Amino acid sequence: MAAYIVRRLFWAAFVVLVVTMLTFLIFYVMPPGNPAIRFAGKAPTAETIAAVEERFGLDKPWYEQYGIFVKKLVTGDEWGWPGFGFSYDTRVAVRDELIERMPRTIFLAVGAAVAWVIVGVTIGVISAIKRGSLLDRLSMGFALFGVSAPVFWLGLVALFLFADTGGGPEWLQFLPGTGYVPFSDSPKAWFLHLILPCLVLALLYAAFYARMTRGNLIETMGEDYIRTARAKGLSERKVIAKHGLRASLTPVVTMFGMDVALLIGGAVITETVFNWQGVGSWVIRATFDSNLPVVVAVVLVGAVAVAVFSLIVDIVYAYLDPRVRYQ
Amino acid sequence: MTPELGDVLLEVRDLSVEFPTPDGVVHAVDGLSFSVRRGETLGIVGESGSGKSVTNLALLGLIRGARISGEAIFKGRDLLSLSGDELRRIRGKEIAMIFQDPFASLHPMYRVGDQLVEAIRVHEKLPAKQAEERVVELLAAVGIPRPRERFRDYPHQFSGGMRQRAMIAMALLNNPDILIADEPSTALDVTVQAQILELIDRVKREFDIGVILITHDLGVVAEVAQTVMVMYAGRSMELGSRREVFGTPLHPYTWGLLESIPHVDQKVSRLVPIEGSPPSLIHVPPGCPFHPRCPHRFTPCDKERPEFRDRGGGHPEACHLSADDRVRLRAERRARLMKVAV
Repeated sequence: MAAYIVRRLFWAAFVVLVVTMLTFLIFYVMPPGNPAIRFAGKAPTAETIAAVEERFGLDKPWYEQYGIFVKKLVTGDEWGWPGFGFSYDTRVAVRDELIERMPRTIFLAVGAAVAWVIVGVTIGVISAIKRGSLLDRLSMGFALFGVSAPVFWLGLVALFLFADTGGGPEWLQFLPGTGYVPFSDSPKAWFLHLILPCLVLALLYAAFYARMTRGNLIETMGEDYIRTARAKGLSERKVIAKHGLRASLTPVVTMFGMDVALLIGGAVITETVFNWQGVGSWVIRATFDSNLPVVVAVVLVGAVAVAVFSLIVDIVYAYLDPRVRYQ
Repeated sequence: MTPELGDVLLEVRDLSVEFPTPDGVVHAVDGLSFSVRRGETLGIVGESGSGKSVTNLALLGLIRGARISGEAIFKGRDLLSLSGDELRRIRGKEIAMIFQDPFASLHPMYRVGDQLVEAIRVHEKLPAKQAEERVVELLAAVGIPRPRERFRDYPHQFSGGMRQRAMIAMALLNNPDILIADEPSTALDVTVQAQILELIDRVKREFDIGVILITHDLGVVAEVAQTVMVMYAGRSMELGSRREVFGTPLHPYTWGLLESIPHVDQKVSRLVPIEGSPPSLIHVPPGCPFHPRCPHRFTPCDKERPEFRDRGGGHPEACHLSADDRVRLRAERRARLMKVAV
């Protein structure tokens, strides 16, 4: 197992390198415009552009720039380790801003993940057990709504209805509006500010997980070993909880790991709607601005998150499904 | 019936199972009566969809959405009128069941031993250690080598035959009175099939239980059953001792079945299939359900349903033919079969 994990970690490092290199390539082979011109001030002269290019390191060929990037990443730069360079935009170290923004995105992703797993799996299980009932139809109606409603629209509606800055009925406005409050400032405000964006983000996933859980459980309940469990004389509750869920939730674990990993790379729309200064809203602006160091840093964080989570998922899966363990 | 058989364990009378569906009512089982004695193996034979499995699942309350009527007296109680919870306490304890596909019948994510321990502890508050001991004992009894080590294995580490042995062990853990085996050997290799059938026969004697063996394979029935019931379209066509059903079969459907199986020791160059296919259970043919495929049908067959009854000799069947006609027709068929062979 240890050898397997080490092998996987090397592989993950390789994948991360390839992903960052591709990001470099995309920005240099298909440039949306010379970033140096953008950041050289109004009416730049050829000299200022050249100066900015030199300052940004853009005068060198892309592979040399990539080499410098990797070297700084591994050994650190003047702002510390890992070295991500500075943002073209603010001329502040990307590393520092990343450290500031990362927790916000992680809180958002984890909060949403907890909500959607609880809500989605519960609805899915109830729906599967009461298949065909009114409850099932309502649940699946909710799921259809959740899957189809665009997040930006949901976010705005939620803000209108529930936020004290919105225009909804007054008795509903018990939550604060947009923005993020650090935990160290006020744990209560931190938590209250987290609720709406987490729930809005969770809704889409909850709907998706409800459908997946329902489908998996219905399929599992038709398996022969469920019939065996019933033939043993187990109560239906036990048949579902111990035999049905065990088999039907295993694939959900895989999905869950990947979904959380992707969100660590930024929940772009939710962050934008809720003015949430996380990595998602950051990277989207950086992309429009050709702010390469920021884009590469966030892509790298996302790639690392996906690689690490997929490793965790594989290890957890081996514990959940013995058939995988022995292969 | 054979004299050495013990007391009647299960008496089923006029069992019917219907499934209401959007396309109409499926008459899966219609007016079935049979009994099982201690020490007896009752073989239920029929083609797929003839209602063999549904019959037994219905007895144990393992089918949903069905309308079930009739009686099934087990130890003085009617299984069909018990509540879900009462039936649950009988399942796996007094009546145990094993299934066709041992590859799918065990939960792939739990250890075999734990699944067996669970089967004990549903019904009996036994300390884990003692339950484990009993499981190891039973695994040994059904012929699993090194049972204490295999206890910790997962199902995928067992071969098909071993899994079926484990299922049989599971069925016997609570000393049941009846073992229902639904096509227990069908999914296995031929050599393993024989071992499993032998095992079922052996545990029947050692544990002094009654066995209901469901199969589509007449050969299997010929080997281990004392009593045979032939089913067609959810109805019983013929019920008798093995000697009666194989020696002097009374129903044309049974004749057809017997003629369609190969014998190593008989010179038959051609197997004779039964023409046509089983009827839809939504639109069961009026009269005798077999009449559209029966070469001997005559006037009443498509209108009057032949009653399933004993016409003398303790060998009940459901056919309009007279005794003389049967003897004559059967002789003709055999002669024709032999001619084909020459």
